[in-house]
Amino acid sequence: MIEASHVTKRFRSVTAVDDLSFQLAQSESLALWGSNGAGKTTLIRCLLGIFPFQGSISINGIDVRRRGKQARATVGYVPQELAFHDDARLGSSILFFAGLRRADRHAAARSLDAVGLLGHEKKRVRDLSGGMKQRLALAIALIADPPIIVLDEPTSNLDASGRGEVVQTLCRLRDKGKTLVFASHRPDEVITLAQKVLVMERGKLLEETTPEQLWPKDDRVQTIRLHISMGTDEAAAEVLRDAGLAVNLNGHGLCVSVPRNRKAEPVSVLARASIEVRDFEILDDVSETAEQSGGAPK
Amino acid sequence: MTTLANTSPMRGIHLSRVASVVAFARREFRDAISSRWFLLYTVAFTVLAVAVSFMSLAGSGSQGFAGFGRTTAGLLNLIMLVVPLMALNAGAGTIAGERERGTLLYLLAQPISRVELLLGKYLGLAAALCGSLFVGFGLSAAVLAWRAGSVGLTAYAMLVAFTCALALAMLSVGILLSVLSRRSGVATGLGLFAWLILVFLSDLGLMAGTILFKLRVQEVFAIGIANPLQAFKMAVIVNMNASLDVLGPVGMYASQTYGQALPWILAAVLAVWTIVPLVAALILFNKRGSV
Repeated sequence: MIEASHVTKRFRSVTAVDDLSFQLAQSESLALWGSNGAGKTTLIRCLLGIFPFQGSISINGIDVRRRGKQARATVGYVPQELAFHDDARLGSSILFFAGLRRADRHAAARSLDAVGLLGHEKKRVRDLSGGMKQRLALAIALIADPPIIVLDEPTSNLDASGRGEVVQTLCRLRDKGKTLVFASHRPDEVITLAQKVLVMERGKLLEETTPEQLWPKDDRVQTIRLHISMGTDEAAAEVLRDAGLAVNLNGHGLCVSVPRNRKAEPVSVLARASIEVRDFEILDDVSETAEQSGGAPK
Repeated sequence: MTTLANTSPMRGIHLSRVASVVAFARREFRDAISSRWFLLYTVAFTVLAVAVSFMSLAGSGSQGFAGFGRTTAGLLNLIMLVVPLMALNAGAGTIAGERERGTLLYLLAQPISRVELLLGKYLGLAAALCGSLFVGFGLSAAVLAWRAGSVGLTAYAMLVAFTCALALAMLSVGILLSVLSRRSGVATGLGLFAWLILVFLSDLGLMAGTILFKLRVQEVFAIGIANPLQAFKMAVIVNMNASLDVLGPVGMYASQTYGQALPWILAAVLAVWTIVPLVAALILFNKRGSV
């Protein structure tokens, strides 16, 4: 269904994606895993044919570089940064995108219903919460019922409950046979949703694996978000990495993935390096919620 | 869900292209007419156009020609100041604004091409601009028809047509600047700079060049009409059945050399200013691959 071969994307002297290849069959779900700057978002933009790149990507046999428009017709996209016209109403926004995807009003209404936004059409986009905007983006992605859904950190702007809702919606889509490609920095989401994981670092594919291999079930990890003094993020991330911990430093803070029985370890590692941890929070394990509702990967 | 199952594949592709362009044009038109800046320009242009009509009538009794003819002459300078500014500003904000808000990436992730997006935006803004001009000209014409009859209406209609052509040309330039800029502030700044050059600096430059390089009259004419605003001004004066002698030796040279072909030559200049920047914008937007 998706075949990427030797994909390379350079921005002047920076190589954002470096000779990356993978294949994904129909109804499979693939997670792109890696820290900031790993090339996940760039790879997604190449997949959509938005960026010119070297190498080749085909979606359902359609060459993305040559027939990007036709390829994109088979893909629903949910971006990392939600960008809608704030003054527009939710109803007119979705109808505009329905027009671009040759879908009618009924399809737009069905799509809104699927994400629980039916009845909110009169609201202006600027009045929607982050979670509602995320659901609107998902509704737009689903309008024309595309076989592939591509999501770039779909839960990064959401609170715990919003995150759980989105992950459950994605579980349902995956179970209906949709092919999912998503970037994430949350192990729980990857464990819940993905069958394959591409581990990326500085544009290179480090390994193609499965969530089970990356985080063995007996040693499942929990994500801890650390609140540390301003300006020490980078140094803290370096110290934690040196201690062998999986660190993700992004716009939302410093997140560390640790085995469930070693949650205090990042704090003590940083204390030894004289970096003060002001507070920490244990992020909700979406996989538990999804597993309880029957959403674990098949 | 709509399908194109009953149409041939090529016809389906064409229909899909047209539908995408129309979808963008409709949205751009809606966004433009609800924008505060656009409304401000429309109101300002309308008020000034109606004021010029009243002033023309006040100085001429109720003679028809004096009504439309004097108003056309009076509006000429107003148009040369306001319309390019309005069109350059509208064009400059479009792609750079989408880029800055992050909406461009999202739009390009849809099953559309960059050409469809840009063309749709151009047509939507063109419709909004022309609509805005029709409001101003329409009210002004209503005042004139009520007070002074319809003599001189043809020249006035030609003024409206050439003003729309000027607006379309300036819109193309604005969109080209928008494609070249990463931020809407930069694009708007470039638009203002282009407006300054076309409205003020090019005339001064031409005068200085004529003296410094002792340019011949045909060279001054050629350089002069390269500026779309000068081409517009000459076209309107010619269509008022007025002599180009008011423009001095260059006007006399143009009248004697090109005669009846002159309005067409000037219209062609405006067409070139519409097509070339728009095509350049389409090529650059397509080639650069930037979001």
